[in-house]
Amino acid sequence: MNTQTVTAPSWRDRRRRTTSTVMLAMTGVAALLTVLPLVLILWHLLRAGITAMNGDFFTEIPAPVGEPGGGVGNGILGTAILVGLGAVFGLPVAIGAGLFLAEAEGSRAANAVRFITDVMNGIPSIVIGIFVWAWVVVSMGHFSALAGGVALAIMLIPMVTRTTEEMVRLVPRELRDGGLALGFTRWRTTLGIVLPAARSGILTGVLVALARIAGETAPLLFTALGNPFWGWKLDEPIAALPVQIFQYAISPYEEWHRLAWAASLLLIALVLGVSLTARLFIRSPYKGR
Amino acid sequence: MQPTPEQAGVLAGGGPRSWVRRVFPSVRHGNLADRAYAITLGAFGAAIPILFFFILLRVGTAAWPALQRFGGGFIVGSDWNPVAGNYGALPFIFGTLASSLLALLIAVPLAVGLAIFLTELSPRWIAAPVAFGTELLAAIPSVVYGLWGIFVLVPWLRANVQQPLASAFGDSFPLFAGPAYGTSIMAGGAILAIMIVPFISAVSREVLAAVPRDQREAALALGATRWEMTWQVVLPYAVPGIIGATILGLGRALGETMAITMVIGNRPDIPTSLFAPGYTMASVLANEFSEASDELHLAALMEIGLILFGITILVNSVARLLVWRVARRAGK
Repeated sequence: MNTQTVTAPSWRDRRRRTTSTVMLAMTGVAALLTVLPLVLILWHLLRAGITAMNGDFFTEIPAPVGEPGGGVGNGILGTAILVGLGAVFGLPVAIGAGLFLAEAEGSRAANAVRFITDVMNGIPSIVIGIFVWAWVVVSMGHFSALAGGVALAIMLIPMVTRTTEEMVRLVPRELRDGGLALGFTRWRTTLGIVLPAARSGILTGVLVALARIAGETAPLLFTALGNPFWGWKLDEPIAALPVQIFQYAISPYEEWHRLAWAASLLLIALVLGVSLTARLFIRSPYKGR
Repeated sequence: MQPTPEQAGVLAGGGPRSWVRRVFPSVRHGNLADRAYAITLGAFGAAIPILFFFILLRVGTAAWPALQRFGGGFIVGSDWNPVAGNYGALPFIFGTLASSLLALLIAVPLAVGLAIFLTELSPRWIAAPVAFGTELLAAIPSVVYGLWGIFVLVPWLRANVQQPLASAFGDSFPLFAGPAYGTSIMAGGAILAIMIVPFISAVSREVLAAVPRDQREAALALGATRWEMTWQVVLPYAVPGIIGATILGLGRALGETMAITMVIGNRPDIPTSLFAPGYTMASVLANEFSEASDELHLAALMEIGLILFGITILVNSVARLLVWRVARRAGK
């Protein structure tokens, strides 16, 4: 082409470019707005929670109404016991089912189980609470730590099942084939070679899931119930940190609000600490292949 | 020890598509340990559907007296009075739907905006921490959102949003009618929105990232601005997946319990104003279940649980199918 004219951008071009800049800037604003609540929540938790954190906070049981001081030691112990029970009941099933999904990949049975697992992940936690009430609490005749553990296990199972499946599927085929070629049986190949290779990934998933169930309140309201005193027997009601936060937050007492903030700070520190650790330090060696 | 023919038949499942036979060829020939392994894994796999249907059955049986007594009137009745023995669940169904839809209205534009920002615009050193921040938002326990909602969000909304809006438009728009209670449908919708943004944006981001490069480059080559490329080419491609993500978020919002119970006000009426208190299905379970003494009250609450369960199963199934379809299309 011999003739080429360079014209100034027309008003239409200019409008198009301005629209582009403005709209893309809006997405930046959207990003800011979504991160803002996180910053605000952490800020308020730190400000209101840190003052109530002292030695008593970790070792004492709640003080009676009107008396200052007291702590949530029973809730910390209770949550540890409940999460432990949830892990004991839930992890074997979840890891077994995850292995099943990975081994039977592509079959109709696996697709059906995977679908139901995903749907189960969406069951409201309060529904799991009333189910465990109708099943365990009614048949035992009273609220108990055991029932709370069952409820948390049911929350745990779909999460860990899917992570286990994904992590096992990330293990290279060659490893599995190598095991089989050496004459290992199927089960020894899986349990001795594939599972250890996927271990760190599964561990990450388990940690994140445990941190998540540690913060669950709704499934515990009618199962573990809560307990204002020390409790460690499995067939008795037991205190739990999230339930205490709920009860204190809706109470009219200033002193209890302070405990609720501090307990929330502790819970958040636990959950975020685990998420950060899981993300930074434990990585599946096969991720991203 | 050889398996009896029936055992072998059960394990092999007969059909050529049977997973046992395909995955564990040794099941048919010999090795006892592998056969035991296949059965064990199969049992674990079966445990999940069994548990699922057991939950459905158990909640259904417990709700049966109420189902029998009230029938369809339960869903349309708007009077909830345990003392008089009247149980109509409409205020709770309304409150759940209203707060969840309000949450979607706030959350979807934000989440999609965030997803576009992260996939199309931001350099990695911004994208990584922002994405991590939203992941952390998803990890915060519901009860902590509730605590923050009661003491920070609700007072702020009342003073800075509800009162000005109510005094300016309260007379002409019934949605903004006062008095500004603070704890309200609006506060519920707002806290739910904050909670579901991470879910919607995470899935939307995956879907946007799955849009082929060629599409973007072709649009740019034709002279489109970056926004035109995003709006006219990338987004239409990703819409089914974003709808799936939205429905997933809806599923979360519908079943959310603690946070919304703490900020929605818990009054079993059907409010006409955004600033008036409401009640949700999950909240009434959380508040009344442990105090329900007579059998009918308990059964009515169980039926609410059953309805909530049914709605979330439906919503989650639709969302999963949509997301799967999009993922499969992108994979081809």
